[in-house]
Amino acid sequence: MEFIENHLLTFILFTPTVAALVLLFIPGKYIKAFRWGALAASLIPFVLTLIAWAQFNPDPNPAAPFQFVEQSAWYAAINASYHLGIDGISLPMVLLTTLLTPLALLASFSIKERIKPYMILFLLLETGMLGVFMALDLILFFVFWEIGLVPMYFLIAQWGGSNRNYAALKFVLYTMGGSLGLLLAIQLMGVSVGSFDLITLTEKWPTLQSLAVPIGIPIETVKNIAFWAFVIAFAIKVPVWPFHTWLPDAHTEAPTAGSMILAGVMLKLGAYGFLRLVLPLFPAEAQRFAWVLAALAVAAIIFGALGALAQNDFKRLVAYSSINHMGFVVLAVAAAAATWNTTAANTLLDKNLALSGAVLQMFNHGLSAAGMFFLVGVIYERSHTRNLNEMGGLYAILPVYGTVLIFTAMASLGLPGLGGFVSEFLVVRGVWPIFTVAAALSMIGLFFTGAYILKALKLVLHGPLNTRWEGHLTDINLRELVVMAPLMVLMLLIGVWPAWLLDMINQAVAFLF
Amino acid sequence: MQFPILSVLIFTPLAAALILLLLPEDKKNWIKGLALAAGIIVLALSIWLYASYDIAAGGYQFQERVDWLPALGISYFVGVDGISLPLVFLSGLVIISGVLVSWHVHDRPREFFSFLMFLGASVVGVFCSLDLFMLFFFFELAVFPKYLMIVTWGSPKTREYGGMKLTLYLFIGSMLALIGALAIYFGSGLHTFDMLALENAGFAVAFQRLWFPFVFLGFAILGGIFPFHSWAPDGHVAAPTAVSMLLAGVEMKVGAFAALRVGIMLLPEGARQWAWLILILATVNVVYGAFIALIQTDFKYVIGFSSVSHMGLVLIGFATLSREGLIGAGMQMFSHGVMTALFFSIVGMVYDRAHTRDIAKLGGLVRKMPWAAIGFIVGGLVSMGMPGFSGFVAEFPVFMGAWRAAPVVAVIAILGILITAGYIFLVIRRVFFSELPDELAGVQDVTVRDKIVIGGLSLVMIGLGVFPSLMVPMIESGVKTILAILGGA
Repeated sequence: MEFIENHLLTFILFTPTVAALVLLFIPGKYIKAFRWGALAASLIPFVLTLIAWAQFNPDPNPAAPFQFVEQSAWYAAINASYHLGIDGISLPMVLLTTLLTPLALLASFSIKERIKPYMILFLLLETGMLGVFMALDLILFFVFWEIGLVPMYFLIAQWGGSNRNYAALKFVLYTMGGSLGLLLAIQLMGVSVGSFDLITLTEKWPTLQSLAVPIGIPIETVKNIAFWAFVIAFAIKVPVWPFHTWLPDAHTEAPTAGSMILAGVMLKLGAYGFLRLVLPLFPAEAQRFAWVLAALAVAAIIFGALGALAQNDFKRLVAYSSINHMGFVVLAVAAAAATWNTTAANTLLDKNLALSGAVLQMFNHGLSAAGMFFLVGVIYERSHTRNLNEMGGLYAILPVYGTVLIFTAMASLGLPGLGGFVSEFLVVRGVWPIFTVAAALSMIGLFFTGAYILKALKLVLHGPLNTRWEGHLTDINLRELVVMAPLMVLMLLIGVWPAWLLDMINQAVAFLF
Repeated sequence: MQFPILSVLIFTPLAAALILLLLPEDKKNWIKGLALAAGIIVLALSIWLYASYDIAAGGYQFQERVDWLPALGISYFVGVDGISLPLVFLSGLVIISGVLVSWHVHDRPREFFSFLMFLGASVVGVFCSLDLFMLFFFFELAVFPKYLMIVTWGSPKTREYGGMKLTLYLFIGSMLALIGALAIYFGSGLHTFDMLALENAGFAVAFQRLWFPFVFLGFAILGGIFPFHSWAPDGHVAAPTAVSMLLAGVEMKVGAFAALRVGIMLLPEGARQWAWLILILATVNVVYGAFIALIQTDFKYVIGFSSVSHMGLVLIGFATLSREGLIGAGMQMFSHGVMTALFFSIVGMVYDRAHTRDIAKLGGLVRKMPWAAIGFIVGGLVSMGMPGFSGFVAEFPVFMGAWRAAPVVAVIAILGILITAGYIFLVIRRVFFSELPDELAGVQDVTVRDKIVIGGLSLVMIGLGVFPSLMVPMIESGVKTILAILGGA
């Protein structure tokens, strides 16, 4: 037991991998073993995360913000180590991941074919995502950042919709292409500083005066380029306009559980990259280019909402809504970047509010996007259509489903009392004094958010009942309700009493950079 | 006297090759059994060597030396260091894999396995040689089995062309290298072929600048350096499966290794003078090779050109003349060897069953041969430098070295990774997923022996990717020797 407590993060990180390896040796015909085995295995990291949550010191030491730190030699020849640790930003993300994975696996019980590779890939995916949130070494970060693409590629390409091959290849090449610059920048930083350790790099890289490479370009320019290399890699993942075009395809074609994880967790990897790497490693560059980030974020908010409004495919509508919601995270990051080195108490408060709102928005969007994609999947499994115009009036025959959908959609829309409102309010409140115009413009986006959510609800649930569905559709079943219940409880809980989560985040963002 | 493990390692396949030729032709089980036994011995000894090498001490260990022709300064002198030992292990892995996947060779199996063993003895011999003459001896020993195996057992359409092209290219290469080697021998004035002595010969800078290109380029042709790479895809595609595995998996490393050992280590100042040219050519290798692989329609040619691309990274690592670059190059030699042997074995398994290598006519094979699909995916992930696999562990330091030597090389060569990801994902989808054509409905799964090969080679690549320290410290100790030479030049 003590061994587990001393290596808690390692156990959270690799339990899914070990479970995947065990499943590898079970013959493929035992479908139940895979379903329940994978689900049970994915609950272990969840329980361990709750233990970590209970032991987490909510008032950490600013000099050593990371807790549960583990470090051991890994790739000593190039000074990369196995260095894990979490703070108040990463712990909510770890919780989100370990919570959504079992729910996604439960949602996958309707998968009929090739259940064995499906479950194995899903468990490997969980390790990949968790690693990003825990890594305190740039190479380790990159390892997990890339490795998660592989299971997701196969999940989309094998179990996805009709256009899955195109979507899967676009997803993987877009993301890998975006990571090339990140890879180069990491190499450059490692060569120049002599270490890939995030804590060492945060100390030395921003103040570095000369590079150890014969590049012939002023170091300021090199840092600017490296900054953009990081930004583009993460902007693709988030995604920030105009790097978003892979998302509607990938999210729409992925199987339901894949979309839940893509929108629920994988987009957060990009946002987390902004918080964990871009701000601390490139504070000066981020400040210089904060207005660009803010402009792109506003574009993502507005165009994402307009894009969603224009869709007639239910799943594509939800996909575009992610661009809209994640734009708020990037807007908050941009505002915080602009206030680097400030000492004015007012501005510090704005910055902390914006950043806390950003992390909370990541968590909230994880809940609501996963819920929305699942609900789209529920209706698609029954009706075999995602076309909004073919639905209509379904509330009459699916009352429970309708209620759940309205609740989740309202959380996504930002209705006061539900999670989304708290985080979007915090972001806008924090950003307003820093980027007033951007905050005001984002309100336009928020208006269209309401419009597309209501459009979806109207076309699915209200209006005259499309008679072809009468007697053909069954209401949401118990298993599906079990998937939705934890999400809905958390949305409500954060909406009415966000302090349990917000305090932890608040402490961490105060000394992020 | 200690057990002469290196000699046993070199002469086991050689002895097996000779005994095989003496066996009666109809005793097929004896023939296969002997080949397999020789393969097992080589692999077991190479693992034992690997495990018992003293990394802390470093340098050349397990040395054996017998004067052979003292008048000319030629001796039988063998020993291994941190660079060559992983390659000896690689040879062991690929030789036994080659035997296992060739189990059902019907046409003259006696000669086939005998020649395969000659090829094995040749590559192990080169890696262990510390005498320049011996190195050439073992280097040339490979020529006749290579040529004969391609033209006899190769793919009927192109085997004469491929075999001839490969042999002629490599002849030109070894002639160039031989001229350079003789210049080193006479230029040193030491009357010895002992490479450890020649390292300290103190050649003049002008001398090194003149002769380095001969030696390096001569051997690097076998390593597939642009623009002398075109023998590689043609030769590899024409060759029978086991020979493709050995050629691309090990022989290309023989070229790269000899270029390092004779070129860079004997003429370090020459290497420094010419590094810029190698960097340019090798960068072309990486990007151009990947592009050409992208447009191939023949399954085997994709892999053939991918080797050209990956060997470029080895040469970049060499030419950076830096610690990281050399470590990466050493890792990449091993990693690429295992990966490409796995690739060619799977291409062979697919071809044996589908009777076509045309990617357009293949498809859906994951349902028929899942192990082959998984093996190819693992190889593909290594190939695109995916973290968690040996390719990443190898490529990352190469790029770090490139940053130190010439940042523009790193920026250009990284495109190779994306292009590689493109063609690997496309090939995986077209061959193993998509629709299964009706003609392939009767395809059988791979055999247990094939599964051993796929599983074993995959595990090695994953193991190194997750635990780089299983091999990197050994290579690092070898790199120290090279850096000492470079620093002292």
